[in-house]
Amino acid sequence: MEYTWDFKVMLDSFPLLLRGLVVTIELWILAFAIGFSLGFAVSLARVSSRGWLNAPAIGYVEIFRNTPVLVQLIWFYYAFPIILGQQLSPFTAAALALTLNTSAYCAEIFRGGIVSIARGQWEGAKAIGMTRAMTMRRVILPQVLKRMLPAFTNRGIELAKVTSLASLLAVNEIMYQGRLLSSTYYRPLEILTVVALVYFVLIYPGSYLSARLERRLAARD
Amino acid sequence: MSDTVIRIRNLHKRFGDVHVVKGVDLEVKRGERIAIIGASGSGKSTILRCLNFMEMPSDGIIELDGKVLGAEGGGNAGGGQRSYSEAELCEVRTRVGMVFQQFNLFPHMTVLENVMEGLITVKRMPKEAARSRATEQLAKVGLQDKLDAYPGKLSGGQQQRVAIARALAMDPEVLLFDEPTSSLDPELVGEVLRVIHALAEEGRTMLLVTHELGFAYHFADRVVFIADGVVYETGTADDVLKHPKRERTQAFLARFTERAF
Repeated sequence: MEYTWDFKVMLDSFPLLLRGLVVTIELWILAFAIGFSLGFAVSLARVSSRGWLNAPAIGYVEIFRNTPVLVQLIWFYYAFPIILGQQLSPFTAAALALTLNTSAYCAEIFRGGIVSIARGQWEGAKAIGMTRAMTMRRVILPQVLKRMLPAFTNRGIELAKVTSLASLLAVNEIMYQGRLLSSTYYRPLEILTVVALVYFVLIYPGSYLSARLERRLAARD
Repeated sequence: MSDTVIRIRNLHKRFGDVHVVKGVDLEVKRGERIAIIGASGSGKSTILRCLNFMEMPSDGIIELDGKVLGAEGGGNAGGGQRSYSEAELCEVRTRVGMVFQQFNLFPHMTVLENVMEGLITVKRMPKEAARSRATEQLAKVGLQDKLDAYPGKLSGGQQQRVAIARALAMDPEVLLFDEPTSSLDPELVGEVLRVIHALAEEGRTMLLVTHELGFAYHFADRVVFIADGVVYETGTADDVLKHPKRERTQAFLARFTERAF
């Protein structure tokens, strides 16, 4: 097959891709930071022995885990505003869907970590007079974060890639810019190759740093 | 201050349908050293664990320094007859310390941090004061050279001594030991028992659940033999361990003497 690669098109396109990259990063950080914190709150409800806290938390997690992200994005853009009675911008709808989706996954990771900590840790803390909240903050969470670091990293990496779906709601992140440029210059292969490279450069340092941190923490045991 | 530190009246504990503790009365005098012995599953650990509310009593009353703990009715956690606020339980636990069979040290903290933790978070002590108090307690159990080690790097005996220092640092009125040497290799038992013995010499109020009858004999002012969730026989170490009057106590002790040589 004859194909002449021509990356000259990138000279004109790159600035626009970078502008898209900024939006991708905004979406990523926003959805991860809020999703992570919200996920912790949901996991607390999830491990609670009170049914009225536990049952809704299970429902919440299962809905987000068992439906496609793409459907969630579209739903939050087209269906949610009908319930809300107010139109959402594409970015807001995408950020909302990705945040809630991430929170459901993070809730499961937190829950797995919390229940994996031996009961003796709770008792050791109780025996010196620590409250449940103190124990969670000082004893349980630090161990959960350490133990679950690989799982949280995976979630972060997954989310970075999933932000590309927001392009379907016309959020002007990097994938959207890439598709726009492709149809402008008729050079989709070159442009998409560069888009892939940009994603790699964005995501790889995170997984590298996390692997190093994991090794450093493991060295203590 | 009254002479009696802890008084238990008609203590019951059920786990679901299983009735483990069936009406125990016990008084602990200030400075008294009590060894609680009995077969596995007799309920002796559960009784001890009710004293600092690691287990919530199903029924009965526990008094600390003459004050009845908890309030009548509306039992929380475990469907007990009385309800206890978290604040009250936390306060009681700082006054009634506990050392566990499995140590329960915090693996992500150094030895020093383990001992400082309660001083800082619970007693709200300034960091420097907490550090010097923790160091002092660790020196007392012979671990002044392990301050910066993580528990995972220590032997079982050393870990248990850290756990003792952690409990001591809170300056409790009563110390509970729940089979503190049961999970240790035989050669490490001695170092832990020596530390416990030294504390006993200081006149601390202590309750010890143990299978080390030899140690119990030398340690205890009073021995309590538990069978089927009740106090079956109690008296001085000499009375209970050397001259047991009742049948099941005799049978229990006979199993130990069989193995002696």
